[in-house]
Order: sequence, then structure tokens, then C-alpha cells
Amino acid sequence: MRISLFVPCFVDACYPQVAMAAVEVLERLGHTVEFPEAQTCCGQPPFNTGMWNEARVVARRHMRVFEDAEAIVALSGSCGAMMKVFYPELFSGDADEPLAREISSKTREFSDFLVNVLQVTDVGASFPGRATYHDGCHSLRELRLKRPPRTLLENVRGLELVEMDEAETCCGFGGMFSVKFPMISSAMGEVKCDSIEATGAEFVISSDSSCLMQIEGIFRRSGRPRRCLHLAEVLASRGSLPG
Amino acid sequence: MSAPSREFHRQARQVTRDLNHRSFVQKALDGYYRKRDEYSARFRSWQGARDLAFEIKFDAINHLDHHLEEFARKAEARGTRVHWCPDGGAATQTILEIARQNNVRSIIKSKSMTTEEIHLNDALEARGFGVFESDLGEYIVQLRHEPPYHIVFPAMHLTRGQISDLFQSELGSAPTNDPEELTMIARRVMRKKFCEADMGISGANFAVSETGMISITENEGNARLTTSLPRIHVAVLGIEKVLPRMEDLALFLPMLATSGAGQALTGYNTLIGGPRQSDEADGPGQFHIVLLDNRRTVILADPEQRDALHCIRCGACLNVCPVFKNVGGHTYGTTYPGPIGSVITPHLRGLQSWKHLSAASSLCGACTDACPVKIDIHHHLLRNRRNAARKKPVWWERILFAGYIVLMRSPRLYRLGLRLGRIGQKFHPLVEGTRLDPLRAWTATRALPPLAKTSFREQWKARRR
Ligand code: SF4
Repeated sequence: MRISLFVPCFVDACYPQVAMAAVEVLERLGHTVEFPEAQTCCGQPPFNTGMWNEARVVARRHMRVFEDAEAIVALSGSCGAMMKVFYPELFSGDADEPLAREISSKTREFSDFLVNVLQVTDVGASFPGRATYHDGCHSLRELRLKRPPRTLLENVRGLELVEMDEAETCCGFGGMFSVKFPMISSAMGEVKCDSIEATGAEFVISSDSSCLMQIEGIFRRSGRPRRCLHLAEVLASRGSLPG
Repeated sequence: MSAPSREFHRQARQVTRDLNHRSFVQKALDGYYRKRDEYSARFRSWQGARDLAFEIKFDAINHLDHHLEEFARKAEARGTRVHWCPDGGAATQTILEIARQNNVRSIIKSKSMTTEEIHLNDALEARGFGVFESDLGEYIVQLRHEPPYHIVFPAMHLTRGQISDLFQSELGSAPTNDPEELTMIARRVMRKKFCEADMGISGANFAVSETGMISITENEGNARLTTSLPRIHVAVLGIEKVLPRMEDLALFLPMLATSGAGQALTGYNTLIGGPRQSDEADGPGQFHIVLLDNRRTVILADPEQRDALHCIRCGACLNVCPVFKNVGGHTYGTTYPGPIGSVITPHLRGLQSWKHLSAASSLCGACTDACPVKIDIHHHLLRNRRNAARKKPVWWERILFAGYIVLMRSPRLYRLGLRLGRIGQKFHPLVEGTRLDPLRAWTATRALPPLAKTSFREQWKARRR
């Protein structure tokens, strides 16, 4: 299958290893990966701020970049949900509404794509360690992807997966919310980090690098660093720690 | 920034820092989660029940005119007086009139958020009426001169010790840590008030249009006394409380109990169908129903957010909301705190003054999943944000996103931006986390992820070569 990869702007800039890992996993499974280089951002920041005109400008451009894609794989539940769930509402009544619907139906978050489109549950990865999985809210509640990432992780050799009490509780990131209401956002992040810590896991895995940015940021600032990894990094692993 | 927004920020800063508050609320809710899960699992299908509840409420709200008129007709047929009140002022005036005409002196109340919404107690007290809350939680916050912390558990923020101290100073009781003893202290005071009261004011959980009855749900039995002992009973209810049929209660009563308090069924469920009839021995001689609009029709007129009127005020969305749990109920400064309050308050009290509540959310959606009547709560927050920005965009957001568009439209500028960012990053440690740090909103509590030496797109290019 010809797969067009959507690498969210902050993953491109801060976490290139995540996208490289995803490419590796998909290629290993025998698929052709394309990276449309004109892509930048999906438009979620202005959309969530309520500036839908501004969001439409950027989202429209983003849709054109992926117009000819056969399948779009988004490396973030949040940005994936933007394209899959929110584009149709954003372009409702607009000339580009049909395109928005088409892009929506072609877009899948990474774990969703592996498990539900490619029907792969074991990618042959091995990763020694004890880890807990954080459900990003968009993955969990907009895309309803509670199981796919866990199915994939359960088949990673050497990995011990432990659930935290607050697995489904928001980490507090929320995009602009994190800087508009830093006190609330940080308190939510602390609750999350305490719950992670209580599991004794060395690693935190998620399908959303933005949540991990928040979680890792709080752990590091409070002097109790913990390795945070995107699902793709774990799935690309062949026994040794990535990075 | 509006005054309510400034106040919200100030209190949020205070409460989020309070680790005692954080763990206390968490513990208070832990038992609720367990019970809620236990009892929702007893439904043949909880999700199916939610779907059905949504449909029933959808019909009720989308044909509100019809159902309300039927409700009023049926109620009046049994001697109930129905008062249609467009706003809080009219409702208060109506109730004051009833009290004056009947030489009322002392008023007893059972729990009602709708009367909180119109500040009825203040108005009655200002006119010289004695008003006593008979719900234990409400009584406690009344003694403390503060609004309810939560729409179902008004005093959930208080420890037993705090309540004991309060009773000691206000009622002169002996200190105790025993919940039963505390209840008995309040009960002794309340009993006297019940006997003295000549008017009882209640809310209602549902209004059944088929029969013209109101349904009240409670755990303490105080609402039964409030509505049956005094010679006059006034029920204040929002127009959205309507359910078309009596049989709908078979779904809504257990649902409200499960979502609201983690119970199979609430302790007392009472249906009231009118004042004392000629062949009846007791009960209030007068029964008045005050039907309150107070801008609910503004929500009704908005097809996108009309489902916000489905709300049965169960509080489930508050209980699962991480923002509510971290900032607490009082920080909102609204009658209805938590997710549903953040949705409806901008409609009820002005979008520009209250839009900050819609922004103060990570949009995690826990509320929407918890809501028994399937209100699209967190997406409505997003729609409130859109409506607010459309009418009056914030100047700095306009500038920010104008710059963002320029950057995101041109991959070349985007790459240049990245390169500049990497240079800036070298100097950032000099100011990181200090007052001079332009990224302080993030870095005061969180480390910043470094920009990678080479971005993915650069690595991709190199790989293709
Ligand atoms: S919005 Fe839903 S969950 Fe929240 S109080 Fe109303 S009915 Fe309950």
C-alpha cells in the first residue's frame, strides 16, 4: 500500500525520531511510505482557539497537500482527530466540504491504521522494560482507540505493560490551554505523573507526542526524569533502546 | 479580560496549588466512581440507556412548547397554579407576592439549583422573610454564607472537622467527628423550622407533562417534609425539566441516581400532582409551580447547542472533569460549575464575559462520555470559542495566528522559522523559567523539549539522496 505520512509540525521539529520509527515499521511491513514535503500544520491550534477562518486557511492547504493520497497515516491522535473528526465540521457548507469528507475517510491514526486497516497486531518488535500506556484524549474519545495501541504493545517481546489508575485521565496539555491556563494544565499534569510514578514503570508510551511533551516536561522539571516514548518508537525497536 | 475571567484566574491559581484540596476531592470521588460503575453495569446496556434518554429528551426539548402547555393544563386541572416567568426577577416577584398575600413569615427550602440561579434566598431575606435550607449540604453552605460547591453535593469540599467547627460556632453544639452525630445536630434545628414554616419551596427533577406532576429525587426525606408540611408549596423549575410521559421516569429515575450519586435508585422519589384535594385529609392547601425561562430559550434557539437543555443536573460531568477537580466548584463563580456550566453560562450570562470558561478546558471529552443524556459537552465548548472569536476576536490571538498562517503557508518560511528557533534555543537557558522568559507560561512548571538538530523533513531528504 502507498502510505502518505502526516508528521505533525512539532513532531517534525522536536521528535524526528518518532517519524523515522514509524517509517521503519511501515516499510518493514512491506509498504511504500511517502512524505509529502509541502505539509506543515493541520490547523488545529487556531481551530481550538475558535479562529475557524484562520484554521480553514491552513487546513485547506493541508488538504490539498494530501489530495492524491491513497491512505493518510497521522502520527498523532490529536492531529489525526483534527483531520478525521473536525475537518467535516470545519468545512461544513464550504465548497471544500466534499474534499474534507474524503480526507477524513482516508485518514487514520498510526495504531488504528496498523491494527484496523493493515490488520497487523504483531510487528515483530522487542523492547525490554516495564511500561505504562497513556491514552491521549483525542485517540481515546474522538477516535475511540482504546484497544489498538495495547494490542500492538502486548505483542512486543520483553515488554511488560502495566496500567495506571489514571490512564484515561487527561494529561492537561490541551494545546493553547497549556499556556493560557498553565496552573490548571500543570496541576492536571502532576496528577497524571503521580499516577504514572505509582506504577513503577520506567517508560511512558503514548500515541501522542504532545501529551508526552507535557508529561516529560513535568517529570524533568520536578527532577524525576522518566523516558517517554511514542508507540512507533517501541514498535520499531529490535531489542535495544531507541535513541 | 473580563472581571469574571480575572477572578477565575486568581482563584484557579490558588486552588490548583492546594494539594490538600486536590487529594481531598480525589478521595471524595473515588467511592462515587466505584458505585457508579457498579450500578451502570446493572443496566442491561448503559450505552443503550443513554441513547434512549437522549431520544426522549430530544423529543421533549424539540417540542417543548407542546409538552409545557400540556404540563400546565394537566397541573391546573388539579388546582395547581402555574406561573410562567421569563426571568429571575419575575420569578422572585411572583414568589414574594404569594408569600405576602398569604401572610407567610417563615420559609423552608429543599435543595434547588434553580432557586440558586435566581438568588431567591437573598431576595426573600431582604424582604424580611426567614429562609432555611433543609438539605444538609445546603444548610451547611448556607451557614457558611457561600454558594454550593457542587450541584449535587453542595458541601463536598468540607471535612467533617470543618463542619463540626461550623456547627460549634453557629449552633453551639459540642465538637464531634461522627457523621451521624453531625446529622442529628442539624436535624434537631431543622425539625423546629419545619414545624414553624408556612411556606415550602422546592425544585423539581422532572416535570411529567402527561400527568402534570413534578418528580423530586432526594436522599434525606427533607424534600417530602418541605413539600407536604407547610400550608403552601412553591416549586421552582426550569422549563427544560419536562419529560413527556410518566413511563419515562422508569428510565430517568435510576439513571439520575446512578450518574448523580452512584446509587441504584435515590432514597426518596416523590411525585406531586397538586394541592390538597377536597377528599384529602392533609397536604398544602396551595401548590404553585413557577416555570422559569431565564434565557433557556436562548439556548433553545441555537440548534447547535440545543441539546444542552437535555441536562438533568446529575453532576456526572463535574465528577469526571479534571479541570473541576483541580480548580474546585467555587472558582467558576457560576451557579452551575463544571463542564455543563461552562457550556451554558455564556448563554445565560453573556458570551464575552464568560467565554473564559470555554477556554479553560483541555477538551478531553470525559464529560461527554459521562453524560447520561449525551450532551455534546466538550464540542460545545469549542463552538462557544468559535462564537466568541467570531464576534470579538482577542487582539493578540489575531496577531499570533496571522503570523502562524504566514509561516504554515510557506514551507520555506517554516524551515527558516525552525532554524531561527534553534538559534534562539541556544540562548534560552539564560532566562528559562525566569520572568524574562518569553515562554514562561510553559517553562515555569515544565521543561521545554529541545528542537532536534535535524528535523524529520531534513532527515527524510538526506535519506532519499
Ligand atoms: S450535562 Fe450531562 S452529565 Fe452534566 S450535569 Fe447535565 S446531565 Fe449530568
